[in-house]
Amino acid sequence: MTEITPATLRNTPRPPRPSALSNALTFGWRAVLKFRHVPEQLFDLIMTPLMFTLLFTFVFGGALAGSTGDYLQFFLPGILVQTVAFNAVYSGMGLSTDLGKGLFDRFRSLPIWPLSPFAGLIVGDMMRHLIAGAIILGIGLILGYRPEAGLPGVLGAFLLLLAVGFGIGWVFIVLGLVIRTPTTVMTLGFTVLFPVVFASNIMVEPETMPDWLRAFVDVNPISLMTTAMRGLMAGTASLAEIALALLAPAVLTAALAPLTLWLYRRK
Amino acid sequence: MRDASPETPQATASPAIDAHGLVKRYGALEAVAGIDLEVPRGMIYAILGPNGAGKTTLMRLLATLARPDEGTAQVMGHDLATDPDGVRGSIAMTGQFASLDEDLTGRENLIFLARLWGFGRQAARQRADELFAAFELTEARNRQVKDYSGGMRRRLDIAASLIVTPGVLFLDEPTTGLDPTARLRVWKMIRQLAQSGVTVLLTTQYLEEADQLAERIAVIDRGAKIAEGTSRELKAATGSGFLHVTLSDPKRIDAAAELLEARLDSPVQRAPEGARLSVMAKTPEAANAAIAALVAEGLALEDFAMGSPSLEEVFFALTGGAPSAEPEDAESDAAAHTGTDGDAGSAGDARSDADSDLRTDTRSGSGTSSGSAPSSNLTSSANVDADTTPSPDSPQKART
Repeated sequence: MTEITPATLRNTPRPPRPSALSNALTFGWRAVLKFRHVPEQLFDLIMTPLMFTLLFTFVFGGALAGSTGDYLQFFLPGILVQTVAFNAVYSGMGLSTDLGKGLFDRFRSLPIWPLSPFAGLIVGDMMRHLIAGAIILGIGLILGYRPEAGLPGVLGAFLLLLAVGFGIGWVFIVLGLVIRTPTTVMTLGFTVLFPVVFASNIMVEPETMPDWLRAFVDVNPISLMTTAMRGLMAGTASLAEIALALLAPAVLTAALAPLTLWLYRRK
Repeated sequence: MRDASPETPQATASPAIDAHGLVKRYGALEAVAGIDLEVPRGMIYAILGPNGAGKTTLMRLLATLARPDEGTAQVMGHDLATDPDGVRGSIAMTGQFASLDEDLTGRENLIFLARLWGFGRQAARQRADELFAAFELTEARNRQVKDYSGGMRRRLDIAASLIVTPGVLFLDEPTTGLDPTARLRVWKMIRQLAQSGVTVLLTTQYLEEADQLAERIAVIDRGAKIAEGTSRELKAATGSGFLHVTLSDPKRIDAAAELLEARLDSPVQRAPEGARLSVMAKTPEAANAAIAALVAEGLALEDFAMGSPSLEEVFFALTGGAPSAEPEDAESDAAAHTGTDGDAGSAGDARSDADSDLRTDTRSGSGTSSGSAPSSNLTSSANVDADTTPSPDSPQKART
């Protein structure tokens, strides 16, 4: 029978308070563990972009760009942006699920840096983005995609990809905090993301679109990100392109990180 | 100063929990409607109430998970409003729903939390293993939590609250959903924790649980504290037990109810199915005599039993109504019947006085207030506390 001796309890004074960074890293460690225990989540992450890559390349590619090879060269950097954006939806769902389970009640009753659970979420997101991005890129390489700028280009593009994922991540952290049902987070997330992703230059050049739509596509942050991704992979990116691509993530972070904290404390 | 019981050496220290006039509103609903709570250090204190009474909300306020709209509280000397981090540093909360990561193993969960508290890598592992040994979960430590049974999960959840010894441990319905064996284990664990000096505040829907574990019990309903005292004091207010009878002939239920009410001098509760009656009996002898009287009247019984009062019956006795439900006709009748006794005098001196005090509660609670406002409910039950605490044996003596 269970014996909790007084010694079990008394010998454990509180250690010195850890730093915010230490708290954040601990949450990051949890995200890594989760990945190890639930590798199935990879399936959710890569199936959609994989289907998109294959269908668009082989079904529409020839018609859109003359040949499937040319289309893949155009399409792949954009599909990476799409992958990251869709990944963020799953992360918001995960947060909504966690909140429903009472796990966050424990976090909130601990004397820790209040934003550290979100830092952990973001670490997990970054890992997912990297893994899913690498898989999609790998498949692209097999199908014949060639980044003209080589390894440095790919590294640069992936750094940008992480920044994009970081920024978009806040949107779904906020949604995850506000919306109680995980499936609603997903539905709402895709409802917003589908038009934004399609009304961009990911799949096609916007030249043939009506003017009003083109006006939107040209300023759509997803388009700006895609343009910079293409540029980085091809080695033609200008600083202005990269800065424009980073604008939306920066604005989202500046606006939504404080909102996240406020929502979390208010709950 | 009824909190400063002489046997607690820390009586001079500030109470573990000292709350005044806590109010929490959700829209128009007052989930917590002005509760005072004083829990001395080192005590097991139970908050007893039905679903939706405000137990969990009260606990969440005290654990800094929600902010009170009104009122103040100190937890282990830290103010909720001005020093929430100080409060967090001296409490641990085990919520109603397992606050563990189901995808991780049990051991990973504890190491994770220990790291958050600031333990080093090695110290965190060591602490986790100590707790696994203490809670007899060592064999399961490398399994994912989703594969744990309900009882194991509960134990792990409580272990997770003990990584750093808390000043106050909050347990929200610690045994809800557990089988009897698992429940006994958790009870034993809670007692051992209290013996090592941890203050435990737990919520429960089960009178038996509060009775078994807690030194003091607050009964809350609709966000308000309707009674407070030791289990013995509450039982003195609700009778030592309830007599349940089932009649062979349902048609004669009115006659039987009348007879029982007259014999035992307590309101009779009728089960909705018809032929079943429940009534508070002060002693087994009185119950025995009442059954004999029924049989003598030719009212044959199909079944009878004597049981300790259920939560519903405690509520019936304390408020004259079912938990969080509107008073019904039968209860108004009961109130009218007992209303003839007039106001209670000095409560707690003798049993009959304590009983009439209780009936005062019954009447005013059921809404037929003749003279005594509902607030006197609280006052009169508080009187029971105040008068009996110096000599906690008095209600017991009076009963025998």
